[in-house]
Amino acid sequence: MLRVLKTGFYSTIQDSGRFGYRKYGVPVSGAIDSYSSRFANALLGNDKNAALVEMTIIGGIFEFLEPTSIVVSGAFMAPKLNDVAIKSNKVVAVQANDILSFGKTENGIRAYLAIRGGFKTDVILGSRSQYKPVSTHNVIQKDECIPYKPELSDSKSFSRVKYDKSVIDCNILESYQGPEFYMLNKYQKQTLLSTDYMVSNLNNRMAFQLEPSLENNLLPILSAPVLPGTVQLTPKGNLIVLMRDCQTTGGYPRVLQLTEKAINKLAQKTSGNTINFRLKE
Amino acid sequence: MEYKLKFSCYNERSILIEWPSLIDTNILKSILNFKKIIQSHYVKQSVEIINAFNSILIIYDYTIDNINDEILRLKSLKINEIDIEDLKPNLWEIPVCYGNDFGVDLDDFSSKKDLSKREVIDLHSKVNYTIYFIGFLPGFLYLGGLDKKLNLDRKSTPNLYVEKGSVGIGGNQTGIYPQDSPGGWHIIGKTPIELFNPKTNPPSIFSSGDLIRFKPISKSEYLEIEHQIDVGRFVLKPTLNA
Repeated sequence: MLRVLKTGFYSTIQDSGRFGYRKYGVPVSGAIDSYSSRFANALLGNDKNAALVEMTIIGGIFEFLEPTSIVVSGAFMAPKLNDVAIKSNKVVAVQANDILSFGKTENGIRAYLAIRGGFKTDVILGSRSQYKPVSTHNVIQKDECIPYKPELSDSKSFSRVKYDKSVIDCNILESYQGPEFYMLNKYQKQTLLSTDYMVSNLNNRMAFQLEPSLENNLLPILSAPVLPGTVQLTPKGNLIVLMRDCQTTGGYPRVLQLTEKAINKLAQKTSGNTINFRLKE
Repeated sequence: MEYKLKFSCYNERSILIEWPSLIDTNILKSILNFKKIIQSHYVKQSVEIINAFNSILIIYDYTIDNINDEILRLKSLKINEIDIEDLKPNLWEIPVCYGNDFGVDLDDFSSKKDLSKREVIDLHSKVNYTIYFIGFLPGFLYLGGLDKKLNLDRKSTPNLYVEKGSVGIGGNQTGIYPQDSPGGWHIIGKTPIELFNPKTNPPSIFSSGDLIRFKPISKSEYLEIEHQIDVGRFVLKPTLNA
């Protein structure tokens, strides 16, 4: 078990998401930065679907009740094991009663704590990802004990691949044309692809709103499927990028669709960061 | 009827197929027929197929090497080769207690529409509604078939809290709130039926293409059904469709 001494700002259990339930209106969810989460799992030799803890802006403090091995990845939140700094993107052996603590992020927004074998919380509708009302809570709770399978702790690494920091440092978001891209006029297309957009205060696992708005006279469309990474244009001209916990259908024109890599990059941005869209060839 | 379909790549692992932009039961039938064909085509692969009013999105559980080849394969599944088999939709009767504590806006709604409360309830409960798809929120049914006499723009200021099960009207749509949530629809009644239950699999008993009908019930009937649901003794069963 992993005992939660402090939850951090917004920490949730995520795996690779809930596949197969969108026809019931259930969001796919899953780790918002799938690159960092999969990287951490791969180092531990875990299945890519193994559950981990996703922390946002400020990380938590945790106590391990049994020995195991872990990897910390994604945003850098100054991780310490028993008050001694540990490296990100490296397998670290932990013993029973070790305390792992995180601080405030210095670079990027979302960090991951992966554990050998993955966390073993209840599977609901094919996934351990927390999303209310599928799960009881949206986030982990203070004093909660998160189960995992104890292992002899060792720092054996299953992968020699280097962590690609562009997921955190790069702000160019490669995108496909969305289904309604063709409805935009020449000026709107040019503006969309050349403006430095700023992430507004409205950003979470569901969606990111961008500033400034884009002059718009397009009307809503008949409600149609959307995916994480769909960029919607509202009648007021707001650009909304849907993220992992987004609704399954929407009625705003879908002007762009981010690539999987671009979704991961945006997942590491927060209020005030700028991004650019670039059309994928 | 044959429709001109548009196939396009949505992202590295999804393909969008679009029908003409209309809310129309014939388009829905065509979509559901094609969905069946696609499902049997992908029986061995892990794909998710969702539909809305006039489109299907196929989401693969893996990145597709050549999405254009995949689109060509889908196009070869000619829609006119479809066996126009009856889709046999279920008809569900949803018990609703109209007005009073359960439909707080019924008085206001009736006076705005210049109808009696009885007339509103009759108009709302006399027709079969088509479930076009489930989307937006877990368990939310997109219904078609609301009588035009009951169309009324959404409230200009949404309510911050609408209880789960509330039945409302907004614009030309009627629907049921599957969870407690904010909402701008006029609430005319409430159902004790659970639209979404993550503890059961599937979490919703409804499917795209099914029909529903609202059945007016009294407050005591509402409380009785609610109790039966709480103790796990109430199961909503579909009525056979004529």
